[in-house]
Amino acid sequence: MFFRKTYIIFYVACCCFLITSCAKDEKDNLEDEGYEPTPLSLDIPSIFEERISPPVIPQDNPQTEEGVALGKKLFFDPILSGDNTLACAGCHKPAEGFSDARQFSPGIDGIEGSRNSMPLFNLAWNYQENFFWDGRSSSLENQALQPVIDPIEMHNTWPNAVSSLQATSDYPELFSKAFGTETIDSTLVSKAIAQFIRTLISSNSRFDQFLRGEIELTESERNGLQVFEDENRGDCFHCHGDPNNPLWTDNDFHNNGLDEIFDDLGRGAVTGDPREFGLFKTPSLRNLAYTAPYMHDGRFETLDEVIDHYSEGLVYSETIDPLMKAVGEGGVQLSEKDKADLKAFLLSLSDESFINNQDFQKP
Amino acid sequence: MKKVLLLFVLTVTLFACKDVDEIINPNYNMTFNFTQNWDGEEITNPDYQTTVYTNANGEEMTISKLNYLISDITFTDKDGDVTVIEGYNIMNARDGVNTQYTPSRKISEGEYTLSFTFGFDDEDNIDDAYTELNSPPWGWGVPDELGGGYHFMRLEGMFADNTGTQTPYLYHAIRAAIVMGENPETEDTSFKVDLGAVTITQDTSIEIKMNVAEWFKNPHQWNLNELSSNLMMNAEAQRMISANGKSVFSLGTVE
Repeated sequence: MFFRKTYIIFYVACCCFLITSCAKDEKDNLEDEGYEPTPLSLDIPSIFEERISPPVIPQDNPQTEEGVALGKKLFFDPILSGDNTLACAGCHKPAEGFSDARQFSPGIDGIEGSRNSMPLFNLAWNYQENFFWDGRSSSLENQALQPVIDPIEMHNTWPNAVSSLQATSDYPELFSKAFGTETIDSTLVSKAIAQFIRTLISSNSRFDQFLRGEIELTESERNGLQVFEDENRGDCFHCHGDPNNPLWTDNDFHNNGLDEIFDDLGRGAVTGDPREFGLFKTPSLRNLAYTAPYMHDGRFETLDEVIDHYSEGLVYSETIDPLMKAVGEGGVQLSEKDKADLKAFLLSLSDESFINNQDFQKP
Repeated sequence: MKKVLLLFVLTVTLFACKDVDEIINPNYNMTFNFTQNWDGEEITNPDYQTTVYTNANGEEMTISKLNYLISDITFTDKDGDVTVIEGYNIMNARDGVNTQYTPSRKISEGEYTLSFTFGFDDEDNIDDAYTELNSPPWGWGVPDELGGGYHFMRLEGMFADNTGTQTPYLYHAIRAAIVMGENPETEDTSFKVDLGAVTITQDTSIEIKMNVAEWFKNPHQWNLNELSSNLMMNAEAQRMISANGKSVFSLGTVE
């Protein structure tokens, strides 16, 4: 009996010890981590939630109020560039769907790139996580690292950019609030910018309002949707999706019959695979009203030119996507009425409330 | 004391039942490996866009995309009792995405015939029902005007037409739309594939082979010069695809 009691006492003591040590560990961790930023859930539109898979938010970079606020400040601040003259927003302007109306955006040295600035919205739903026209970046965080050190863009070095931020009166404290440390590095900068970019959600175009049952489309817009979905006319949906895919892109890479000979290998330059020479990412059809010029090299100034390309302007090359099925005839040969209606439908995907959203403007 | 004894007996009985059940009727994990070949010649990633195949009609063709969906894999025992693995598997053969499918549903030891549905039957082919299929990169939805629902297969590539010109083909399988427009009428062109007998005595890996050449061969010798694209709006073409598909699949290695 004595042995049994001793055993029970020993057992209880062990349990107490274990529980206490667990509690102590937790307390120590909290002390180590100190302040925690405020979690901020992404405001997922109902038409996204109902129709498509959830957004991609990395476990090591959750959205927080402080992180998004810091990312927004960094996005609009030229401090990241080599001569403090060019911010991310210099080539990704809110009024232009976070793209650039210029065909090629000049960097701080006045040198132009060779691709049109990509618009930024709904990027948390890029499930393949390959960013840029050629998909060379594998995450939004990774993407945000590159323009800062690109010699024809912001032409800075990360040590220099970090030193500049560290020397300011406000950034160390803002990083502390967002990430619990005043010691700034490029990883934290990219995390903050990525958090802000994930908040850039566009889901209130006329067509979205139609899907929500709030408005009716015009006759021209309705016919334009039919042209878009009709295999014998536009057949646009195989790359750009249908109304059940509110992203209006497949986020995949295609050769859409622009050139016989490539001066930019696109995806193929990244992978080295000749089968991917001349392939570029399918852009979303949202916000086309604000994101001219079009194509990876901004060669088309107007939507009419884009529609004409698919209607009569396709050219053959070895890697052309079979979805350019009418390449033998130069395109799908739309009537002038169908072209006009298709354009009306495409413009119904533009979201004025997105480009005017005060949360996305320069602080 | 009686109550304690009763509790003891009940406990022993319960544990005994569990053990006996596991011994008599164990459940095993199934892994399905989907492979593709052209009349027995395996098709792997480097073959896409490069290897030239000659179809039954004598047309030379390459393949650039082969994505397809199967659903409701079914094990039927000798008494006719069925175990259905509810759900679908969509795969990208070129990149090997989802070509190995390991459903959570386990299968008991026994002898079965194995079957599945190519595509979705009408019961499952519900427009907008599957968020994964609505989402990139699959591009799997069929517009309402074309009958709604989802693709069953996207087989795409180039062929040399009768003038020798490289021409795209889009061999897309969907539910046939007999009438299109605002109130489409459709016909279920998904089909059941019977793979034959399998014996399950352990965790089992089952190869399901697709002979791509068969899509162009039997019973309809496919003429790409006549039927290369816009097949989703062609109900007769969908019926022909459905007919040809019935000899496409076979059981491969079971181990």
